Amino acid sequence: MEQYLFYGLSTIAVFSALMMVISKKPIHSLLYLLLCFFTLAGHYVLLNAQFLAIVHIIVYAGAIMVLFLFTVMLLNLNIKGEQSKPVVARIVAVVAGGLLLVALVGVLRGIDNNPTLMQPNNQVGMMKNISDLLFNEYVLPFEVASILFLTAMVGAVMLGKSESKVLNN
Amino acid sequence: MDTVVEGLKLMPINNYIILSSLLFVIGLVGVLTKRNALVVFMSVELMLNAINLLFAAFSVYHNNSAGQVMVIFIMVVAAAEVAAGLAILVLTYRTNHSIDINLLNSLKH
Repeated sequence: MEQYLFYGLSTIAVFSALMMVISKKPIHSLLYLLLCFFTLAGHYVLLNAQFLAIVHIIVYAGAIMVLFLFTVMLLNLNIKGEQSKPVVARIVAVVAGGLLLVALVGVLRGIDNNPTLMQPNNQVGMMKNISDLLFNEYVLPFEVASILFLTAMVGAVMLGKSESKVLNN
Repeated sequence: MDTVVEGLKLMPINNYIILSSLLFVIGLVGVLTKRNALVVFMSVELMLNAINLLFAAFSVYHNNSAGQVMVIFIMVVAAAEVAAGLAILVLTYRTNHSIDINLLNSLKH
């Protein structure tokens, strides 16, 4: 059962990622990316990482996608024709990507064989375990992350201010 | 709320490694081939998500929650990056009336 779920979700994820790269219009790429994010949330549920699944949907499908969508609509990008680089550059990129894929899979696929390292436990993703670690051991990075958010917010507002003020500075 | 899906058996971790590598490479090819800066941003998001999936899978297989905490931090950084990056993109569009990344060569002069 879970095998079929895994393979189905993986197929949709890879398909939508490919379509995101292939699509000509940015809005189509965006919607395929959204589909890919939802399948990844399904993968988190399969790993029994429920907290991550919910946060993933809220942050990516909720916040980041809305930001992208607003930008696509504000910039009116559909009048542009050519979106890709020349054919030679594309072929080189695909070959380089394929080589990287072969190298990554070749290096990483032997990991399974060490039984002392691999002790699967599907209770790891429970909110209790994660918050235990997040608010004890990782509390300083947690606070620094909030400062990072504040900085990004101030920066975005600064950059997004009206044109005349930015140019006068 | 111990297990939403009862009796799930975990897949071999090789499957997750192959899936994450595929998604990462697709994102990389998108970064290398696209000229629209917005789609380049989307491809970067896809690469970050591939890494997130691998972190989560390894944290479950190693019985260690730290990997999932790391995923949360990656999500935080991705959200901040998108907020600042899209603001820069809008600014670029205002000056160039295009978000073609080839036009960003003008930053050299």
